[in-house]
Amino acid sequence: MQPVLEVRDLSISFTQYQGGTRRRVLPVIRRLSLTVTAGEVVAVVGSSGSGKSLLAHGILGILPYNSQMEGELIYQGQPLTPQRAARLRGREIALVPQGVTYLDPLMQVGPQLRRGRRDAGARAESRAVLERYGLGRETEERYPFELSGGMARRVLIASAALQAPKLLIADEPTPGLDARAAGRILGHFRELAQEGAGVLLITHDLELALTIAHRVAVFYAGETVEEAFAADFPAGRLRHPYTQALWNALPGNGFTPISGTQPGPGEEGPGCPFAPRCPRRAADCAGDIPLIEAAGGRVRCLHPEGGKTP
Amino acid sequence: MNGFNRRRAALCLLVLTLGLLCAVTAAGTLLAGQAMVTDFTRKNLPPCVPFLFGTDWMGRDMLSRTLTGLSLSIRIGLLTAAVSAGIALLVGACSALLGGWVDGALSWFVDLVMGIPHILLVILISLAFGKGFAGVVAGVALSHWTSLARVVRGEVLQVRAMPYVQVAEKLGLSRWAILRRHLLPHLLPQFLTGLVLLFPHAILHEASVTFLGFGLPPEQPAIGVILSESMGYLTTGKWWLAVFPGLSLVGVVVLFALLADQLRRLLDPASVHE
Amino acid sequence: MKHRLLFTGKKFFRMALLLLGVSLAAFLLMSASPLDPLQTNVGQAALGTMSQEQIARLEEYWGVNEPPLRRYLGWLGDVIRGDLGVSLLYRQPVTQVIGQRLQNSLWLMAAAWVLSGLLGLTLGVLAGARRGRAVDKLIRGWCLLLSSTPAFWLALVLLMIFAVWLKVLPSGLAVPIGVDAASVTLGDRLYHAVLPALTLSMTGMPGIALHTREKMIDVLESDYVLFARARGESNRSILLRHGLRNVALPAITLQFAVISEIFGGSVLVEQVFSYPGLGQAAVTAGLGGDLPLLLGITVVSAAIVFSGNLIADLLYGVVDPKIRRGAARA
Repeated sequence: MQPVLEVRDLSISFTQYQGGTRRRVLPVIRRLSLTVTAGEVVAVVGSSGSGKSLLAHGILGILPYNSQMEGELIYQGQPLTPQRAARLRGREIALVPQGVTYLDPLMQVGPQLRRGRRDAGARAESRAVLERYGLGRETEERYPFELSGGMARRVLIASAALQAPKLLIADEPTPGLDARAAGRILGHFRELAQEGAGVLLITHDLELALTIAHRVAVFYAGETVEEAFAADFPAGRLRHPYTQALWNALPGNGFTPISGTQPGPGEEGPGCPFAPRCPRRAADCAGDIPLIEAAGGRVRCLHPEGGKTP
Repeated sequence: MNGFNRRRAALCLLVLTLGLLCAVTAAGTLLAGQAMVTDFTRKNLPPCVPFLFGTDWMGRDMLSRTLTGLSLSIRIGLLTAAVSAGIALLVGACSALLGGWVDGALSWFVDLVMGIPHILLVILISLAFGKGFAGVVAGVALSHWTSLARVVRGEVLQVRAMPYVQVAEKLGLSRWAILRRHLLPHLLPQFLTGLVLLFPHAILHEASVTFLGFGLPPEQPAIGVILSESMGYLTTGKWWLAVFPGLSLVGVVVLFALLADQLRRLLDPASVHE
Repeated sequence: MKHRLLFTGKKFFRMALLLLGVSLAAFLLMSASPLDPLQTNVGQAALGTMSQEQIARLEEYWGVNEPPLRRYLGWLGDVIRGDLGVSLLYRQPVTQVIGQRLQNSLWLMAAAWVLSGLLGLTLGVLAGARRGRAVDKLIRGWCLLLSSTPAFWLALVLLMIFAVWLKVLPSGLAVPIGVDAASVTLGDRLYHAVLPALTLSMTGMPGIALHTREKMIDVLESDYVLFARARGESNRSILLRHGLRNVALPAITLQFAVISEIFGGSVLVEQVFSYPGLGQAAVTAGLGGDLPLLLGITVVSAAIVFSGNLIADLLYGVVDPKIRRGAARA
């Protein structure tokens, strides 16, 4: 089946000043690859502050002005140019952002959902979609500061569902919610996937991602290091040492912390960025590491867990 | 990456403006004697080759007068801005660090000073000091500190509320050590920019108050005096008496404003992104 | 509602206290002045020819020997009864002088206030929305130039261009010379107020424009504008629906904060255009040592500035949903 979205070797970088007057280019995302098909939830998991949000902004074509993007974005088989992204966002491609700060603080919820339309049809639509997420009529008249954390998330999901998107990008949609509320919110995403949307869930929380995702792309120091099926995790079929370490660090699986820290943007040396922390590192890890097919998934490692399978 | 970029440009511009301002000050000081020379054989000359800015009704060279006036303006500006910034630092820091009723009283006082239109306040203070040099310096210095004081107060409060400072306090680091290690480095850029931003205001208000007759005495070739005198000759078409001195003053103020702008650009950590 | 009333009441009390402080400060500054009003107004030569009695009478008139504290308390007592004293130079009640002058100035200041607000807001929004482009650079440069230009020099230059060279506008005063007050038309007044009002509005505009620009940039870099963009809203819609809405609140503060600046500018501009307004009276009073008049003008102008702040605060409460709804539920 043709994927809804295909990302190939995406890089996003910033221009920054350093030490007074020197200027340098700072790569935040390097060589990121993943695919999302219709009806599927794909989670991109990476630790906080690793620039995951930029992936969402890059796909939507709304990166800040001081950034550059390289690589290939394919949407429904066609290249996703910035012009095409501008046409599609808000129609076929929808974003569910992190929290309430993404709502205009001085505008009531209803008009924000309707995006300037004032006809009766738009009113009925916005009312219906709020109802779908268990929000009453009075929510339309509320200002963002009058919403609770959970309500705000549901309003944000409602705004995406209102567009009946083919591709839904959820950027860290659950922080600050307790496990039950977070589970409910994620359930809504699964629901939207069942209705036929491809869902890209960007999160730092592997455990939570595994509860709804079909596939997981693991993100380390700006690169995808592995694309695995959710089922690979409990089955012990993981390929990359970092993914394995991440899995082992979960409370239910030994709670083993990973020693060392992730290199920040611009701090990675040549070769595998995980090498300094990797138990399986070898001399050739200092060279270029390609993304290879392994056990039905993909991995960016020369010495994957379970050995190389062609 | 080492070619032409904005920060490098800012640094160049900074040095250039500083140099220009120094040159104007030096030239004005050197020409002070010439600015007072009267010669009735060359009175009321429009701008020409030996007298680029023309001469006035007493045959005085307007270029020397303008430069002398500018150097006077710059020196008064520096003096008053420095005093003002000192007061701002003191008031702002006291307000934030002592808190309680001191903070309340000082904030009230700042509100009070800000409530009187600036020019009126400068006039009142200048009168209290008997006008003249002392009057205008005191007037400008004692009236321009309010906004910077608020900035300093806000910054100090903000830094003190930061987790790392709170931790340092809990760890028993002395007040002085916190002040030196955490507060000053944070405050310095803001304060420096604020100080440089005061120059243009100080210079403009000095000229304004002198123009109204509450500042420097008429025998001094200050820009305010020159422009005030020129008023009587405008209707007779002696435009150069007002245009060039005023334009030069605008130029100097623009230079100071640019200086502040470049300094902010270099010191502001948020400008690391282009 | 009770909450709002309490808030307003507190603000009024604070304002009264501040005005008291302003009057005391202004009074102290004036009485600290070493300048002798007799010398300035009567002159050394004339004083020399006068008898001791005459001088004593003059000294009493100018209040030279009265202890400052008693003089201030006396003045304050009169103020509570609505009497601001008698102007020593104009020999009229201060309230009357200020009333007349304020009428002239109000025209000017109101026009300049509205004009600088409209112009500043428009240019600020435009520059912020087109950040880094040519329009932005042009507007910023223009604002930098204007804010570096002394108001009185701008007045001089405009006077030179429009009144002396082009002869299309009058060179000063509020009404034509030689026409009696009854036959002065509104047109005459406007004609005479054009240049001063224009100059004055140029002194307030750059501040408003630059601050609005900063705020506009903040708004356009906010999360909610990013999300609006992600939802396919056009730049136009973002600017009109989110930009203007969120710039409106700080604009209120700016608009009322500029009153003080415009008042200060009017002192200079009125002097150049010989416009018989409050600012010109302040200069005359200051130069002539007319304590009651200068004190009255200072207090009145501070009252205008404080009222402006108060109105801004109250308006904020009406416009900002956080305060409006928050207070409604409290």
